Amino acid sequence: MSWEVIIGLEIHVQINTKTKAFCGCSTTFGAEPNTQTCPVCLGMPGQLPVLNSEAVQKSILTGLAICGQINLASKFDRKNYFYPDLPKGYQITQFAVPLVEHGHIDIRVGDTEKRIGITRIHMEEDAGKSMHEGLDGVSHIDLNRSGVPLMEIVSEPDMRSADEAIAYLKQLHQLVRFLDVSGANMEKGQFRCDANVSVHQPGTPFGTRAELKNLNSFRFIRQAIDYEVNRQIELIEDGGEVVQETRLYDSAKGESRAMRSKEEAHDYRYFPEPDLPPLQVSEQEVASIRAAMPERPSQLRQRFENEYGLSAYDADVLSQTRELADYFEALVACHETDSKRCANWMANELLGRLKEQGCEIDHSPVTPRALAGLLDRIADDTISGKIAKDVLDAMVEGGESADAIIETKGLKQVTDSGTIDAIIDKIIAANPNQVAQYRGGKDKLFGFFVGQVMKASRGKANPAMVNQRLKNLLAGM
Amino acid sequence: MAYSTLHQLADKLDSGDTTAAALAQAFLDRANAHNGDLNAFVELDAESILAQAEASDAHRQAHGARPLEGLPIAIKDIFCTSHGRTQCCSNILRDFHAPYDAHVITRLREAGAILFGKTNMDEFAMGSSNETSAFGPCRNPWDRERIPGGSSGGSAAAVAAALAPAALGTDTGGSIRQPAALNGIVGLKPTYGRVSRRGIIAFASSLDQAGPMTRDVCDAALLASIMSGHDAADATSVANAPAVNWLTSCLRRDLTGIRIGRPKEYFVAGMDAEVRARVEEALSTCAELGAEIIDISLPHTEYAVAAYYVIAPSEASANLSRYDGVRFGHRCDNPDDLLDMYTRSRDEGFGIEVKRRILTGIFALSSGYYDAYYKKAQQVRTLIRQDFAEAFAKVDLIATPTSPVTAVKLGENRDDPITMYLSDIYTIAVNLAGLPGLSQPCGLANGLPVGLQWIAPAWREDQLLGAAAAYEAATAWHQQRPAAFDDANQGGVA
Repeated sequence: MSWEVIIGLEIHVQINTKTKAFCGCSTTFGAEPNTQTCPVCLGMPGQLPVLNSEAVQKSILTGLAICGQINLASKFDRKNYFYPDLPKGYQITQFAVPLVEHGHIDIRVGDTEKRIGITRIHMEEDAGKSMHEGLDGVSHIDLNRSGVPLMEIVSEPDMRSADEAIAYLKQLHQLVRFLDVSGANMEKGQFRCDANVSVHQPGTPFGTRAELKNLNSFRFIRQAIDYEVNRQIELIEDGGEVVQETRLYDSAKGESRAMRSKEEAHDYRYFPEPDLPPLQVSEQEVASIRAAMPERPSQLRQRFENEYGLSAYDADVLSQTRELADYFEALVACHETDSKRCANWMANELLGRLKEQGCEIDHSPVTPRALAGLLDRIADDTISGKIAKDVLDAMVEGGESADAIIETKGLKQVTDSGTIDAIIDKIIAANPNQVAQYRGGKDKLFGFFVGQVMKASRGKANPAMVNQRLKNLLAGM
Repeated sequence: MAYSTLHQLADKLDSGDTTAAALAQAFLDRANAHNGDLNAFVELDAESILAQAEASDAHRQAHGARPLEGLPIAIKDIFCTSHGRTQCCSNILRDFHAPYDAHVITRLREAGAILFGKTNMDEFAMGSSNETSAFGPCRNPWDRERIPGGSSGGSAAAVAAALAPAALGTDTGGSIRQPAALNGIVGLKPTYGRVSRRGIIAFASSLDQAGPMTRDVCDAALLASIMSGHDAADATSVANAPAVNWLTSCLRRDLTGIRIGRPKEYFVAGMDAEVRARVEEALSTCAELGAEIIDISLPHTEYAVAAYYVIAPSEASANLSRYDGVRFGHRCDNPDDLLDMYTRSRDEGFGIEVKRRILTGIFALSSGYYDAYYKKAQQVRTLIRQDFAEAFAKVDLIATPTSPVTAVKLGENRDDPITMYLSDIYTIAVNLAGLPGLSQPCGLANGLPVGLQWIAPAWREDQLLGAAAAYEAATAWHQQRPAAFDDANQGGVA
C-alpha cells in the first residue's frame, strides 16, 4: 500500500520586544528566577494588561513578509486552564479573530518548489516555567517568561514529508531572524514547534491526526515526524486505528507517548478578553510597516546572484543569516575588485575555520576589512592563494593583519626573475639526469621541476613566473 | 457634625474649626462605638488613619489644602491598598496585603483624603445583600434586622450611620446604587471607562465601575471628580473622555426643558406599591420643577437579568482563576498533589455564592453551550444598548426606581438566589449598556429608604448630577437619618 503523509505545523515564536506583551517587565533570557516580574505578569488581584505596540508591529511585519492579510480589527480572547506557571489561570491569546490570515511561504526540496499555506498568525502571551526535576518532590516556578509576547504561526496541512516540514521550518526560522522579530533560538525556547501528523491513501480523506509536542530542534522534529508516520502506518496495516491525541516526543528514547486523548482534551472556554478593547490598526500603520520592511532572504539571494554574480550555492550559503550577508557585503565593500573571490574565500575558507572553532560570524576574529586585506595581497600577487590559506589560519588564530603576518613570517612572494632564475639554475645543476630525460621529450617531468623550485623557495616563488622561467631555462634559452 | 457632608467638613477644616486629626478621631469614635452593631467595617486601623490625618494637617499648614484635604473616605474592601489588608471579604484572600494602591486610591491620596478603613461587602462583590461576606453580614442602620443591600453594603451603611462622611463603592450590576437606595444615601456609578479599574479586584471586567457613595449629590460630584480620569495602565479606561464640570453641574435648581423618560417596563406589577408611590411622587416633583415626563419603552428590559447572570459569571469564572493557592491567598494544608491543592484551596477559600457563580460561568462558556448562553447574552446586551440609544433620542434622562423593594430582612433571600438576583432588575441594564447611573433618596416606604435612579447617556454625568441636585434641593429626603444613629444628644461627633 502507498501512504501519503499529511503534516501541518504550529510554531510559537517569541517576539524579541524589550518588554513583555502586557506589562513593562524585561524579556531578557536567563535572569535569576522571578526577578523579571511585576504584579501584572504575576496575575495579582486587580492588575490589568496593556498591549505592547512593538509586539503588534513585529507581528504585522511578519504577516506582511508571508504575504498575509492583516486584519485591521482583531481581538484578544481568554484561554482558560489551570497550571501553576499560568498565573492568571488563563492565557491572553487571539482565538476568534487573529491579526494575520491567509499567508504563505515558498519552499524548495531538491529541485521542487512548493507553496505552503499559512492559515493564521495570532498574538499571545507565554507562560512561565515549571521545574520538577531534582527538587525532591516539590516544584519550582519561574515566572520570568510569563507574559513574554509570542506569535503562533499556524500552517495549512500542506507538507507531505519530514523534508518539506523541515524546509518550511528553516525558511520561517530564517525569515523571522531576518525581519528581526525574534531571536528564534531554539535552545532558549524562542522558536517552538508542534506538528500535526496523519497518513492516508491518496484519493481518500485525510486520516486522523496526532499532535506531537515538545519538538525543540530540527533534528528532533524530523525524528519525531518519521517515528509518528511509521507508527501510524504500522498501526493501520496491523488493522488498528489512529486515535486523535496529543503525543509527547521523548528525544532521549527516540519515541513518543500519548499525553492526552481527544476525550481528555481541555475545554479552554475561550471568550473575548474584556480587559482589552479590540485591536485596531490603521491602513497607514500597515503601509508604513510595509515600507520599512527589511530585505527578506529570498530577495537577498536573488540580489547576491544578480549584483555580485555569485553562484546559486554561494548566494544561498551567504544569505543564511543577516549576519552572514552583512559580513559579505562589508567584505565586498573593502575588496570591490572581485566579489567572486570574496564569496569564495568567505564561504569556503573563513566559515570552515570559524565552524571548527565554534564561532559565529558576528564574533569572527577576522573582520571583513582584515579579510579584504588578505584578498588584496592575493590580488596584487604579494602572496599566492596557497600561502594565503596559511596566513588566514594565522589570522583566525591570532587576530593579526595579513600584512603583519606576511611581513613577520617572510611570506612575501618572490617575483624577482633573477632570484627565481638562481633557484632554477641550482635545481637544473642538481638534477642532470632528469634534465636530460626532459630534454629527450619526457614532458611529464616539468611538474617535478616546478615542485622542486617551489620547495626550494618554501612556496614563496610566484608560480606563474616559475612556470615561465623554467620552460625557458630547461629549453636552454 | 457627624452627619455633615464632605463640603461642610471641608469648610470646617478650611476655617480652622477642626483639624483632620480631630475629625478622624471623631469618626473613629463613632465607628468604634457602632461597628459592633453594624459590621460595616472589616478593617479599621486607627493608627494608620490618625497618621494620615496628622500628615494631612501638616500638608495643609505647609502647602495649603488639596481638594479632599483631611476628609475621611471609607474604602470598600475591593480596592487594593498598599497599607493594610485587602481581602475582598473572602477567605481565599484572608490577610492578603496588596503591594500596590488601586489607581483610584492613588488619586484619593494625592487629593489629601484620609483612607478610612475597609468596608464590608459581598464576597468578591457577588451578592445584593452583603450576606455573602466571609466576615459576616453588614446590617442596615435603618433596621438592624435588615440587609444593607450589596454588594457595597458596608460602604452604604457606614455613610448612612455617619461612621464616615463618604465611601467608595463598586458597581457591577447595581452594587453602588442599590445599597445607596436601601440606606438613604446618594450613589453614583460613572460611565464605564470613566474611572480606572486598575487595582480594583475584578468581578466582571466589562461591567465593573467604581464610584462614590455620599450624603448628597454635590459630594458625589466632588469625589467623582477626583476618581475620574484616564489611566494608561487600564486599556478600558477611556482616553479623551468627554469632560464634566462636576461641581457646577450640581448648581442646577430647576428642570426646565429637561425631558425625563419613564420606562414602562420599570413600573410593573410585583414591585412594592409604596416604593412605586415614592418614585411616582418624585417624578411629579420633577414635573413641578419644569421637567417634561415622557413615557418610553425599553423593550428588552426583561432579558437584562438573564443576560447579566450569564455575562458576569462568565467573566468572573476567569477572573477568579488566579486564586489558585499558588502565589498568594489561601492554600490548603498538606495537599496530596496539584489537583488536590487546587480543588481544596478553592473549595475552602470561596463561599457558596462565589462557587455558584464560577460554576455558572464555566457552564455558560463550555464547549457546546457557548452559543446558547454567552453568545446569546452578548446579543441581548447589544439590544439593551440599542434600547437606551433609541430612548435617548427622545429624552435627556431616564428616571426609575433603584430597587423594586426596600431592604429585606437578613436571611430572607439567602436560600433563594433567583429572588436575590431579581432585586437587581432596575440597575443591571445600566451596567450592560455602560451608562452612568445615580441613586438618590426619594422618601421612605414603611419607614425604610427608597431610591430614585437616574440614567443618562454615556459621558453625561453632568445631566445626571444636575437633575439629581435640582431634585435634592427641592426635597429634604437626603437629610433623613436612621433614628438609632442620629445621636446629636448622645455625644459623639456632634
